[in-house]
Amino acid sequence: MKKTYLLAAGICALGSQCLTQNIHAAAGGEPIKIGAIFSVTGPASFLGAPEEKTVRMFMDKLNAAGGINGRRVALVLKDSGGSPEKAVSFAKQLIEEEKVLAIIGPSTSGETMQIKALCEENEMILVSCAAAEVIVNPVARYVFKTPQKDSQAVTWIYRTMKDKGLRKIAVVSSNDGFGAAGKKQLEEMAPAEGIEILANEVYDKQATDLTDILTKIKGTRGVQAIVNWSIVPAQSIVAKNMRQLGMEMPLFQSHGFGNRKYVEQAGVAAEGTLFPAGRLLVVDELPDSHPQKALLAAYKKDYEETYKEDVSTFGGHAYDAILVVTEALKRAGRPDRARVRDAIENLKGLVGTAGVFNFSPTDHTGLDLTSFEMLTVKDGKFAIYRK
Amino acid sequence: MKPRLKPGLPFVLLAAALAIVPWILRRAEMEYCLTQLTMSLYYAIVVLGLCLVMGYAGQVSLGHGAFFAIGGYTSAVLTTCDVSKWQTAAWLGWIKQSPFCIAREDLFGNPILTVSPWAAFFAAMALTFVVANLIGYPALRLRGHYLAMATLGFGMIVHKVILGTAFTGAADGINGVPEWNLGLGLTVSGKRPLRIENYFIAGGLLLLLLVLLHNLVRSRVGRALQAIHDRETAANAMGINTALYKLKTFVLSALMAAMAGVFFTHYTAGIGPSEAGAFKSVRYVALAAAGGMSSLWGVTGMSTLLNYMSLRGLFGSYDNAVFGLLLIGIVSLAPEGPLKPLARLVRRLAGACRPPNAAQPDAARPNNGLEGRPRHGAA
Amino acid sequence: MESGNLELQYFLSGITKGSIYAVVAIGFNLIYSATGVLNFAQGEFVMLGGMVAVTLARFVPLPVALAGAVVIVALVGCLLEILFFRRLQRHSILHLVIITIGLSIVLQEIALHLWDEKVRSLPYFTGNEISTLKFLGAAISPQVLWVLATVAVIVVLLHIFLKYTLPGRAMRAGSSNPSAAMLAGINIANMRTLAFGLSAAIGALAGCVISPITMTHYEMGAPLAIKGFAAAIVGGLGNPMAAVLGGLMVGVLEAYSVSRLPAAYSDVTVFAVLLLVLFVRPHGFWGRPGGESVREH
Repeated sequence: MKKTYLLAAGICALGSQCLTQNIHAAAGGEPIKIGAIFSVTGPASFLGAPEEKTVRMFMDKLNAAGGINGRRVALVLKDSGGSPEKAVSFAKQLIEEEKVLAIIGPSTSGETMQIKALCEENEMILVSCAAAEVIVNPVARYVFKTPQKDSQAVTWIYRTMKDKGLRKIAVVSSNDGFGAAGKKQLEEMAPAEGIEILANEVYDKQATDLTDILTKIKGTRGVQAIVNWSIVPAQSIVAKNMRQLGMEMPLFQSHGFGNRKYVEQAGVAAEGTLFPAGRLLVVDELPDSHPQKALLAAYKKDYEETYKEDVSTFGGHAYDAILVVTEALKRAGRPDRARVRDAIENLKGLVGTAGVFNFSPTDHTGLDLTSFEMLTVKDGKFAIYRK
Repeated sequence: MKPRLKPGLPFVLLAAALAIVPWILRRAEMEYCLTQLTMSLYYAIVVLGLCLVMGYAGQVSLGHGAFFAIGGYTSAVLTTCDVSKWQTAAWLGWIKQSPFCIAREDLFGNPILTVSPWAAFFAAMALTFVVANLIGYPALRLRGHYLAMATLGFGMIVHKVILGTAFTGAADGINGVPEWNLGLGLTVSGKRPLRIENYFIAGGLLLLLLVLLHNLVRSRVGRALQAIHDRETAANAMGINTALYKLKTFVLSALMAAMAGVFFTHYTAGIGPSEAGAFKSVRYVALAAAGGMSSLWGVTGMSTLLNYMSLRGLFGSYDNAVFGLLLIGIVSLAPEGPLKPLARLVRRLAGACRPPNAAQPDAARPNNGLEGRPRHGAA
Repeated sequence: MESGNLELQYFLSGITKGSIYAVVAIGFNLIYSATGVLNFAQGEFVMLGGMVAVTLARFVPLPVALAGAVVIVALVGCLLEILFFRRLQRHSILHLVIITIGLSIVLQEIALHLWDEKVRSLPYFTGNEISTLKFLGAAISPQVLWVLATVAVIVVLLHIFLKYTLPGRAMRAGSSNPSAAMLAGINIANMRTLAFGLSAAIGALAGCVISPITMTHYEMGAPLAIKGFAAAIVGGLGNPMAAVLGGLMVGVLEAYSVSRLPAAYSDVTVFAVLLLVLFVRPHGFWGRPGGESVREH
C-alpha cells in the first residue's frame, strides 16, 4: 500500500502543478507572450546571461513606452542550462502550453538544431541567437537567426591574414559547440582563400593550461599565425600561454572575444590580438553618421547603467532577436504567427547591434560581410584594426 | 499483522495509474505534460538499473550515463549516417540491400541509405553488452571507492571520445534521428499526434522492466545478490560465485541504460554529448540514492518525479541547487529512501482512528549493508 | 627550433598542469586518509578559495586576501563537517560520498548566485601575464614555480603536523584505530572536523595560487576534483607525497599525450591510464597494498 501512496502523491503533485500553471496562463490573457530559451546558467552562461538581461531590459523599455500597438509584451523565459534535452522540453512547453507568439534563442547551436524541426513542424517562429550555418541552411520557413554567420567571421580573418602575408596557420579550438562550429568553417574555407592549415588541435574547454598544445604548434614548422576559437577562460589562457612560451606570431581570436573583461583577463598578453566583431565594442570610434551608431550607443549605455557590467556582443544577438520579432509584430498588426513570419522575411534595412538586417525568403540571417569589423586590442582597449 | 497484499497488486495499480494519467491530463488540457513525463520515464529506467547495481549488488557506478550514451549514440549514428557511401568488401555489400538498411532522405532532400532502427537497436545492445563486460570484469573486482573511480574514469573516457570525434557529431551531438517503427502499429517518435502512444511505450517499457526486476530480486539470484551485498566474503564462502553475479548485474543494468538511451534518442530525435557526462551519471546515482537504493518503487517514483520537475523548468535557474539539497536532505535524513518515512507518516495519520499496531521498531540497520569499508580505518 | 627543447617544453608544460593536480590531490588525500570519505566537494574548496581571494583582493593587499580566503574556506569546511557529517552515525561510506556529491553541487550553485558566471583571476604573484622564465630553450611562467613551492610547503607542513604535533598525531590515531583513540581520550568527532578544515584550507590555498594560471570561475571545481582524484589514486592513497607525485605524473602524461596524439584525446589517455592503474595496481604507484588509511608515515 505504501507504494501506491507514493505514486498517488506523485500524481497529485503533477496534477496540481499542471493545474496551477493553467490558471496563471488564463489570468494573463492580455499581454502578447514571447518565449525565450537561454542558457542563463551552465556551460554556455557567457551567452545566456547577457542575453537574458538584454531581453528583459528591452521589454521593460518597450512596455514603458506603451508596448506594441497598445498591447504589452510578456516574456516567458526558460533556462535550459545549455542542455539540449531541456531545450527540447521547454520548446514543447512554450509551443503547446504557453502558446507563445515566437521563441527567441536558444543560445547555442546544438540546442537550436535539436528544436529546429520541432518549431518548423509546429509553425512556431524561432529566432535563434546561435550562429551555426545549418540553422538557416537549409532554410526552414519559421526559423531565423540573428548572429552573423561563422563563415563571415572566418572570411574576415582569412582576408586580414592574406593582407598581412600570412598563409600557413595553426587552428586551435575548444571542444564545445562554439569551438566546433568555428573549426568547421576554418577548415572548409581555407582552400578557397589560399590558406594552409598546418596544425589543427581541439582542447577541452575547461582546460587549465594550454602550454602543451601550444608547444605542439611551436614545434610545427612554418606556422605563421594562430587562430583560436573558444571562449573564456580558454581564450585568455591561450593568449597568455603564447607569450609565456615566447611565441610572437599573431593571434587571431573568434568573435567570442567580444567583451572588455576578456581583454582584462588576458592582460598584457591581449595586446595585438585580432578578431572580427560587431561594432558594438567600438561604438565610440564610429562616426556619428554611421547607421548603427545611435542604436549601439543607446544599448551600451542602457545595459551598462542597468546592470553595471560591460556590454557584450552576445547580449546584442538577443537584442537583435527581440527587435526583429517586435518590429515584425508592429508591421503585421496582429499577433498572428503566419503574418509575423511573413513580416520578418520582409524586413529590410533594420538596424541592429550586429549590423543592418535584410531578410528574404532565402536569407534568414539577414546580415552580410559588412556587419563585421576587424578589431584589435591596443593599450588594453578595443580599437578598429587599420592596416 | 497487516494482511499481505496479493503479490501482483502493486503492478496492476501502477499500470492503472499510468493509464489514468493521460486521461486526467486531457481533461485538464495539460496534455503537453506528457512529453516531460515520457522523458522522465526513460531516465527512470536507467536509475532502475542502477538501483539494482547499487542497492542489491552493493556496487557503485558513477559512469552509467556512458551506457545510456553508448546505446543512444550507436542507434543515432547508424540511423543517420549514409551507409551507401561506405566502401566495403564485396561480401559485406549484401547488407546494404538487406532489410537492415532503409532508404531515406537527409536534411537537404538527398537520398541516403541508413541502417534501420531495429537493426541499430540490436547493434546498440550488442555493443553495450561487450563494453559492459569488458569494463565490468576487471572493475568489479575492485572495492568501494576504487570501483567508483573506475566507473567515473570509464564515463569520462566515453564522454571525451564522443566529444572529440567528428563521427559522433562532436560537441553538437546528432540530430535528425528518424522515428522508430516498432511494429504492431507503435512508433517511437516525438511528433505531437503520437504523444500518448509514446507515453504508453515508455510507461510500458518501464513497467515491463519493473516486473522483471521485481521477480529477479525475489528469486534465487536476488537472494544471492543480497548475500553479496551484506557480507561478500561470507557469500563467497557459501559457494556463491560473487564475481559472476556482480558482473551479470552490472551488465544487465548497462543494457537497461542503453535500451533507455535508444528509445530516448528516437523520441527526442537526437542526442548530445552531455548525456555521457559525469554530471548526468552523478545525477543518476543521486536519484537512486534519493529513492532509497534498494527500493525499486522508491527509485522509480523519485526519479520520475524529480526529472519531470526538472524538465518542466520548475526550479528555473536553481535546478541544480534544488537537486543537490534534495540529495543531501534525503540521504542524510532518510538513507533508506523516502518511502519508509512517508509510509510511517501516513500510517501515523491513519493510526489515530485505529487501535495501535504491534510496535514497529524504527528500522535502523546499523550498517545499511552497503559495500564499503567500515568507517575509520579498521581494514 | 631544436626538438630537444621541445621535449623539455612538453615536460615543463606537464609540470604546470601536474602541479595544479598535485595541489588538489593533497587536500583530497588528507580527508580520505583521516575519515575514509571520498570528498567530491574538494574541487569546490579550491574554487571558493580563488573566488573569495579575488573578492578580498579588491579591498586589501594580496597576502592578506590570500590569508583571509584560506581562513574563511577552512571555516566553511569545518562547518560543513559539523552540519552534515557529525550526526550521521548509521550511514555507510557510500552515503557519505553521495552527500559530498550533493554538497559539491550546492556549493557550486551558491557560488554562481553569490558571485556570477564570469571568469575572474588573481593577479600574478610575481610578474604578469607575459612574464616567463627561460632555461635550456624552454619557458615556464613564474607562477608555476609559486604553485610548486606551495605544494612543497604544504607537504612539509603536513608532514610536521601529522608526525610531531599533538593534534596531528591524534588525527592519525583516530583514523587508524578509532576505538583505541577514544579510549585514549581523543575526540574523534573533532578530529574529523579538523581534517575537513585542514583539507579545505589546503584547497583554498591551492585555488589562490593557481588562479592566475587557470582563471577562477564557478564551474572550475568539478573537473579539477576529477583530475585530482585520478592523480591521488594513481599516486596512491594515504600518503601526501604520493598524491603530489601522482599529480605530476598525470600532468606530464597529459602533455606527452598531446605531443603524440590529437589533443582532443589527452583526457582519454589520462583516464585510460587511471583505469589501467586501478585494474593492475589499485593502490597506486607509491601506495601500499591495503594501506588505505594513514597508519605510519
